[in-house]
Amino acid sequence: MKNFRIEHRKSEDYDVLDLEGELDAHTASQLEDELKELIAKNKYNIIVNFDDLDYIASAGLGVFMAYIEDVRSLGGDIKLTNMSKRVYNVFDLLGFPTLYDILEDEEDAIQKFINSDD
Amino acid sequence: MSSNSIYNFKVKASTEKLAEVRRFVANNASKHQYSKKDIEDVRLAVDEAFTNIIKHAYNYNENEQVEIELDINKDQICVSLFDKGKSFDSSTYRFPNVREQIREKKRGGMGVYLMHKLMDDVQYLRDSGINEIKMCKKKS
Repeated sequence: MKNFRIEHRKSEDYDVLDLEGELDAHTASQLEDELKELIAKNKYNIIVNFDDLDYIASAGLGVFMAYIEDVRSLGGDIKLTNMSKRVYNVFDLLGFPTLYDILEDEEDAIQKFINSDD
Repeated sequence: MSSNSIYNFKVKASTEKLAEVRRFVANNASKHQYSKKDIEDVRLAVDEAFTNIIKHAYNYNENEQVEIELDINKDQICVSLFDKGKSFDSSTYRFPNVREQIREKKRGGMGVYLMHKLMDDVQYLRDSGINEIKMCKKKS
């Protein structure tokens, strides 16, 4: 039984990962594979949409920690959007809001990418 | 005298059991008068403790088992996880500096930090070769 899914789509010049379900130490490898694949294809402008993500454990946050430096050093970023209060709370407890762009929605994330290119 | 409800669950030490472990915690805790937030905090703390046992105590050996005991009364939820693996030395543990870890492309150490943040009390006990992580959260 899979309680986690990722859909990959393009939005303008950006690669969006739509997360759904529960992200924990069991399902984190799926997210890791998806991010690795994007980086291998030189896709560095990544938006991760948490709208349908119901749950996250630290293993999920660990994936973002492991790849953000690579993506940023190549001129890109991983921007996080549409978090529920519950999911945001876990990021907040670990101090992520000062280290990552956590935004309201996809539009804000795209705007942030555009502004940082100026 | 307060009456306690005890719930036990013996489960294979595998990450594929995480969702089941979370359900065990949430389903039983919700039989009592606790807020959604309290139950979610305990559920996440148990997830992190169970994950750490699989990784560090048992080094991903799925032949091993973990016993979980939930002990709930009107004032607090306590949960113990028992394993027979390598014990955790809390004296050498340092809370992670996430900024530094990102720079070094490291992860880990965050589960223990979350457990302490989410619960009011976390204790590591060892008796006759059995490790126990005991965590309690008072009703908010």
